Amino acid sequence: MENKYNPGDKVRILQRNQPGHVRTPIYVRGKTGVIERVVGSFPNPELLAYGNPGLPYKMLYRVNFKQSELWPDYGGPSSDTLEIEIYEHWMAPA
Amino acid sequence: MPSIEAQILETSVRELLIEKGVVSGEDIRRAIEAMDSRGESLGAKIVVRAWMDSEFKERLLNSSDDAIREFGINMSPMELCVVENTDEVHNMVVCTLCSCYPRPILGIPPAWYKRRDYRARAVREPRAVLQEFGTELPDGKQVRVHDSNADLRYLVLPKRPAGTEDWTADQLEALVTRDSMIGVSDVRRPEEAAA
Repeated sequence: MENKYNPGDKVRILQRNQPGHVRTPIYVRGKTGVIERVVGSFPNPELLAYGNPGLPYKMLYRVNFKQSELWPDYGGPSSDTLEIEIYEHWMAPA
Repeated sequence: MPSIEAQILETSVRELLIEKGVVSGEDIRRAIEAMDSRGESLGAKIVVRAWMDSEFKERLLNSSDDAIREFGINMSPMELCVVENTDEVHNMVVCTLCSCYPRPILGIPPAWYKRRDYRARAVREPRAVLQEFGTELPDGKQVRVHDSNADLRYLVLPKRPAGTEDWTADQLEALVTRDSMIGVSDVRRPEEAAA
Protein backbone atom coordinates (compact mmCIF):
# COMPACT_ATOMS: atom_id res chain seq x y z
CA MET A 1 0.00 0.00 0.00
CA GLU A 2 1.30 3.44 -0.97
CA ASN A 3 1.55 6.24 1.53
CA LYS A 4 0.17 9.52 0.27
CA TYR A 5 2.10 11.62 2.79
CA ASN A 6 5.74 11.67 3.85
CA PRO A 7 7.55 12.83 6.98
CA GLY A 8 7.63 16.63 7.06
CA ASP A 9 4.39 17.08 5.08
CA LYS A 10 1.89 19.48 6.59
CA VAL A 11 -1.58 18.00 7.03
CA ARG A 12 -4.90 19.19 8.35
CA ILE A 13 -7.01 16.72 10.32
CA LEU A 14 -10.53 16.56 8.96
CA GLN A 15 -13.32 18.19 10.90
CA ARG A 16 -15.87 15.44 10.56
CA ASN A 17 -18.59 14.25 12.89
CA GLN A 18 -18.69 10.52 12.71
CA PRO A 19 -20.25 8.15 15.21
CA GLY A 20 -18.73 4.80 16.11
CA HIS A 21 -15.28 3.47 16.96
CA VAL A 22 -13.32 6.44 15.62
CA ARG A 23 -9.70 6.76 16.71
CA THR A 24 -9.34 10.45 15.86
CA PRO A 25 -10.06 12.40 19.06
CA ILE A 26 -12.07 15.60 18.75
CA TYR A 27 -9.23 17.75 20.09
CA VAL A 28 -7.12 17.25 16.93
CA ARG A 29 -9.95 17.62 14.39
CA GLY A 30 -9.53 20.70 12.23
CA LYS A 31 -5.94 21.19 13.48
CA THR A 32 -2.80 21.38 11.37
CA GLY A 33 0.25 19.24 12.09
CA VAL A 34 3.31 17.70 10.48
CA ILE A 35 3.80 14.03 9.55
CA GLU A 36 6.39 12.61 11.97
CA ARG A 37 6.55 9.12 10.46
CA VAL A 38 4.68 6.67 8.29
CA VAL A 39 3.66 3.81 10.60
CA GLY A 40 2.24 1.43 7.97
CA SER A 41 -1.11 -0.01 6.94
CA PHE A 42 -3.56 -1.38 9.48
CA PRO A 43 -7.10 -2.73 9.44
CA ASN A 44 -9.60 0.12 9.54
CA PRO A 45 -10.63 0.30 13.23
CA GLU A 46 -13.94 1.89 12.31
CA LEU A 47 -14.94 -1.45 10.73
CA LEU A 48 -12.77 -3.82 12.76
CA ALA A 49 -14.57 -2.85 15.96
CA TYR A 50 -17.83 -4.27 14.61
CA GLY A 51 -16.64 -7.73 13.63
CA ASN A 52 -15.53 -6.84 10.09
CA PRO A 53 -12.02 -7.62 8.86
CA GLY A 54 -11.37 -3.88 8.48
CA LEU A 55 -10.77 -3.88 4.73
CA PRO A 56 -9.39 -2.04 2.92
CA TYR A 57 -6.48 -1.40 5.26
CA LYS A 58 -5.74 2.23 6.01
CA MET A 59 -2.35 3.92 6.06
CA LEU A 60 -1.44 5.15 9.54
CA TYR A 61 0.84 8.07 10.36
CA ARG A 62 2.19 9.75 13.44
CA VAL A 63 1.41 13.45 13.31
CA ASN A 64 3.18 16.08 15.39
CA PHE A 65 1.28 19.15 16.58
CA LYS A 66 2.45 22.22 18.41
CA GLN A 67 0.54 22.39 21.68
CA SER A 68 -0.28 26.02 20.90
CA GLU A 69 -2.05 24.83 17.72
CA LEU A 70 -4.21 22.40 19.73
CA TRP A 71 -4.92 24.77 22.61
CA PRO A 72 -4.69 28.49 21.83
CA ASP A 73 -4.37 29.24 25.56
CA TYR A 74 -1.71 26.57 26.20
CA GLY A 75 0.24 27.60 29.27
CA GLY A 76 3.63 25.98 28.58
CA PRO A 77 6.57 26.93 26.34
CA SER A 78 5.87 27.24 22.60
CA SER A 79 8.27 24.34 21.88
CA ASP A 80 5.97 21.78 23.58
CA THR A 81 4.39 19.29 21.18
CA LEU A 82 2.01 16.35 20.98
CA GLU A 83 2.22 13.31 18.71
CA ILE A 84 -0.71 11.12 17.80
CA GLU A 85 -1.58 8.38 15.29
CA ILE A 86 -3.93 9.42 12.50
CA TYR A 87 -5.25 7.33 9.60
CA GLU A 88 -4.89 8.70 6.09
CA HIS A 89 -8.63 9.06 5.49
CA TRP A 90 -8.75 11.57 8.36
CA MET A 91 -6.31 14.08 6.83
CA ALA A 92 -5.85 16.45 3.91
CA PRO A 93 -2.82 18.39 2.65
CA ALA A 94 -2.39 21.71 4.46
CA MET B 1 -15.01 -0.44 35.79
CA PRO B 2 -16.69 -2.45 33.05
CA SER B 3 -20.45 -2.00 32.83
CA ILE B 4 -22.69 -4.57 34.46
CA GLU B 5 -23.86 -5.65 30.99
CA ALA B 6 -20.26 -6.26 29.91
CA GLN B 7 -19.64 -8.32 33.05
CA ILE B 8 -22.70 -10.46 32.42
CA LEU B 9 -21.63 -10.96 28.80
CA GLU B 10 -18.10 -11.93 29.87
CA THR B 11 -19.38 -14.42 32.45
CA SER B 12 -21.80 -15.97 29.94
CA VAL B 13 -19.20 -16.38 27.20
CA ARG B 14 -16.61 -17.74 29.65
CA GLU B 15 -19.03 -20.29 31.10
CA LEU B 16 -20.11 -21.40 27.63
CA LEU B 17 -16.49 -21.83 26.47
CA ILE B 18 -15.76 -23.98 29.52
CA GLU B 19 -19.00 -25.96 29.19
CA LYS B 20 -18.25 -26.74 25.53
CA GLY B 21 -14.68 -27.74 26.36
CA VAL B 22 -13.05 -24.99 24.26
CA VAL B 23 -10.98 -23.85 27.24
CA SER B 24 -10.76 -24.99 30.82
CA GLY B 25 -10.99 -22.96 34.00
CA GLU B 26 -7.34 -23.79 34.54
CA ASP B 27 -6.42 -22.30 31.12
CA ILE B 28 -8.14 -19.06 32.04
CA ARG B 29 -6.60 -18.91 35.50
CA ARG B 30 -3.15 -19.49 34.00
CA ALA B 31 -3.65 -16.75 31.41
CA ILE B 32 -4.69 -14.29 34.13
CA GLU B 33 -1.71 -15.29 36.25
CA ALA B 34 0.67 -14.78 33.32
CA MET B 35 -0.88 -11.38 32.59
CA ASP B 36 -0.62 -10.31 36.23
CA SER B 37 2.98 -11.48 36.53
CA ARG B 38 4.21 -9.20 33.76
CA GLY B 39 5.47 -5.98 35.18
CA GLU B 40 7.96 -3.22 35.11
CA SER B 41 10.99 -5.49 35.66
CA LEU B 42 10.83 -6.58 32.01
CA GLY B 43 10.69 -2.96 30.88
CA ALA B 44 13.60 -2.13 33.18
CA LYS B 45 15.71 -4.89 31.60
CA ILE B 46 15.05 -3.45 28.14
CA VAL B 47 15.90 0.09 29.24
CA VAL B 48 19.14 -0.99 30.93
CA ARG B 49 20.18 -3.02 27.91
CA ALA B 50 19.72 0.12 25.79
CA TRP B 51 21.75 2.17 28.28
CA MET B 52 24.64 -0.32 28.19
CA ASP B 53 24.59 -1.34 24.53
CA SER B 54 24.40 1.42 21.93
CA GLU B 55 23.86 -1.00 19.05
CA PHE B 56 20.80 -2.43 20.85
CA LYS B 57 19.56 1.07 21.64
CA GLU B 58 19.71 1.99 17.96
CA ARG B 59 17.59 -1.05 17.09
CA LEU B 60 15.21 -0.43 19.98
CA LEU B 61 14.50 3.08 18.70
CA ASN B 62 14.31 2.24 15.02
CA SER B 63 12.90 -1.29 14.83
CA SER B 64 11.45 -1.71 18.28
CA ASP B 65 9.49 -4.91 17.65
CA ASP B 66 12.58 -6.73 16.41
CA ALA B 67 14.70 -5.51 19.29
CA ILE B 68 12.33 -6.71 22.02
CA ARG B 69 11.83 -10.13 20.43
CA GLU B 70 15.13 -11.05 22.12
CA PHE B 71 13.29 -10.62 25.40
CA GLY B 72 10.58 -13.03 24.28
CA ILE B 73 8.08 -10.23 23.77
CA ASN B 74 5.73 -10.16 20.81
CA MET B 75 3.61 -7.02 20.51
CA SER B 76 1.52 -8.28 17.59
CA PRO B 77 -0.97 -7.15 16.32
CA MET B 78 0.22 -3.87 17.87
CA GLU B 79 3.62 -2.32 17.27
CA LEU B 80 6.00 -0.87 19.81
CA CYS B 81 7.25 2.70 19.57
CA VAL B 82 10.12 3.67 21.87
CA VAL B 83 10.67 7.36 22.53
CA GLU B 84 13.90 8.60 24.07
CA ASN B 85 14.28 11.22 26.79
CA THR B 86 17.26 13.49 26.24
CA ASP B 87 18.65 16.70 27.70
CA GLU B 88 16.29 18.57 25.35
CA VAL B 89 13.14 16.43 25.33
CA HIS B 90 10.89 14.82 27.94
CA ASN B 91 8.35 12.28 26.64
CA MET B 92 5.09 11.36 28.33
CA VAL B 93 2.49 8.76 27.30
CA VAL B 94 -1.29 8.83 27.60
CA CYS B 95 -4.20 7.16 25.84
CA THR B 96 -6.96 9.73 25.67
CA LEU B 97 -9.51 7.37 24.11
CA CYS B 98 -9.21 4.43 26.52
CA SER B 99 -6.18 2.97 28.29
CA CYS B 100 -3.85 1.56 25.60
CA TYR B 101 -0.63 0.55 27.33
CA PRO B 102 2.39 -1.66 26.47
CA ARG B 103 0.99 -4.55 28.52
CA PRO B 104 3.37 -7.25 27.20
CA ILE B 105 6.22 -5.16 28.64
CA LEU B 106 4.80 -3.27 31.62
CA GLY B 107 1.85 -5.45 32.62
CA ILE B 108 -1.41 -3.97 33.88
CA PRO B 109 -1.61 -0.17 33.73
CA PRO B 110 -1.87 1.73 37.02
CA ALA B 111 -5.37 2.88 37.99
CA TRP B 112 -4.55 6.56 37.43
CA TYR B 113 -3.54 5.86 33.82
CA LYS B 114 -7.14 4.87 33.08
CA ARG B 115 -8.75 7.77 34.90
CA ARG B 116 -10.53 10.42 32.90
CA ASP B 117 -8.71 13.29 34.57
CA TYR B 118 -5.25 11.92 33.66
CA ARG B 119 -6.37 11.15 30.12
CA ALA B 120 -7.89 14.59 29.60
CA ARG B 121 -5.25 16.65 31.36
CA ALA B 122 -2.10 14.92 30.09
CA VAL B 123 -2.71 16.36 26.63
CA ARG B 124 -4.15 19.68 27.79
CA GLU B 125 -1.76 20.71 30.57
CA PRO B 126 1.05 18.12 30.66
CA ARG B 127 3.38 20.27 32.72
CA ALA B 128 0.82 20.70 35.48
CA VAL B 129 0.25 16.92 35.53
CA LEU B 130 4.00 16.26 35.60
CA GLN B 131 4.35 18.66 38.50
CA GLU B 132 1.71 16.73 40.45
CA PHE B 133 3.83 13.61 39.88
CA GLY B 134 6.76 15.54 41.35
CA THR B 135 8.42 16.10 38.01
CA GLU B 136 9.61 19.68 37.59
CA LEU B 137 10.97 20.50 34.16
CA PRO B 138 12.70 23.69 33.04
CA ASP B 139 10.95 25.71 30.33
CA GLY B 140 13.92 25.06 28.08
CA LYS B 141 13.11 21.35 27.95
CA GLN B 142 10.50 20.34 25.41
CA VAL B 143 7.58 18.25 26.63
CA ARG B 144 6.41 15.81 23.98
CA VAL B 145 3.14 14.06 24.78
CA HIS B 146 2.29 10.85 22.93
CA ASP B 147 -1.38 9.99 22.58
CA SER B 148 -1.47 6.19 22.28
CA ASN B 149 -4.74 6.28 20.39
CA ALA B 150 -4.41 3.60 17.71
CA ASP B 151 -2.04 0.75 16.78
CA LEU B 152 1.22 1.69 18.48
CA ARG B 153 2.14 1.13 22.10
CA TYR B 154 4.68 3.42 23.70
CA LEU B 155 7.66 2.93 25.97
CA VAL B 156 9.69 5.87 27.21
CA LEU B 157 13.44 5.28 27.28
CA PRO B 158 14.44 7.39 30.29
CA LYS B 159 17.80 9.09 30.63
CA ARG B 160 20.58 7.21 32.38
CA PRO B 161 21.53 9.24 35.44
CA ALA B 162 25.01 10.69 35.70
CA GLY B 163 27.35 8.93 38.09
CA THR B 164 26.21 5.40 37.19
CA GLU B 165 28.89 4.73 34.57
CA ASP B 166 30.39 1.77 36.45
CA TRP B 167 27.10 0.32 37.74
CA THR B 168 26.11 -3.26 36.93
CA ALA B 169 22.94 -4.13 35.02
CA ASP B 170 21.26 -5.29 38.26
CA GLN B 171 22.06 -2.02 39.99
CA LEU B 172 20.79 0.00 37.03
CA GLU B 173 17.56 -1.99 36.78
CA ALA B 174 16.72 -0.98 40.34
CA LEU B 175 16.63 2.65 39.16
CA VAL B 176 14.07 2.13 36.39
CA THR B 177 10.51 2.56 37.60
CA ARG B 178 7.19 1.97 35.86
CA ASP B 179 6.37 5.67 36.00
CA SER B 180 9.67 6.59 34.35
CA MET B 181 8.76 4.34 31.41
CA ILE B 182 5.34 6.02 31.10
CA GLY B 183 7.15 9.33 31.30
CA VAL B 184 5.47 10.93 34.30
CA SER B 185 8.74 10.92 36.21
CA ASP B 186 12.45 10.40 35.86
CA VAL B 187 14.16 7.25 37.10
CA ARG B 188 15.15 6.91 40.75
CA ARG B 189 18.09 9.00 41.79
CA PRO B 190 21.26 6.91 42.17
CA GLU B 191 21.68 7.96 45.82
CA GLU B 192 18.08 6.85 46.49
CA ALA B 193 18.74 3.37 45.09
CA ALA B 194 22.09 3.00 46.83
CA ALA B 195 20.55 3.82 50.21
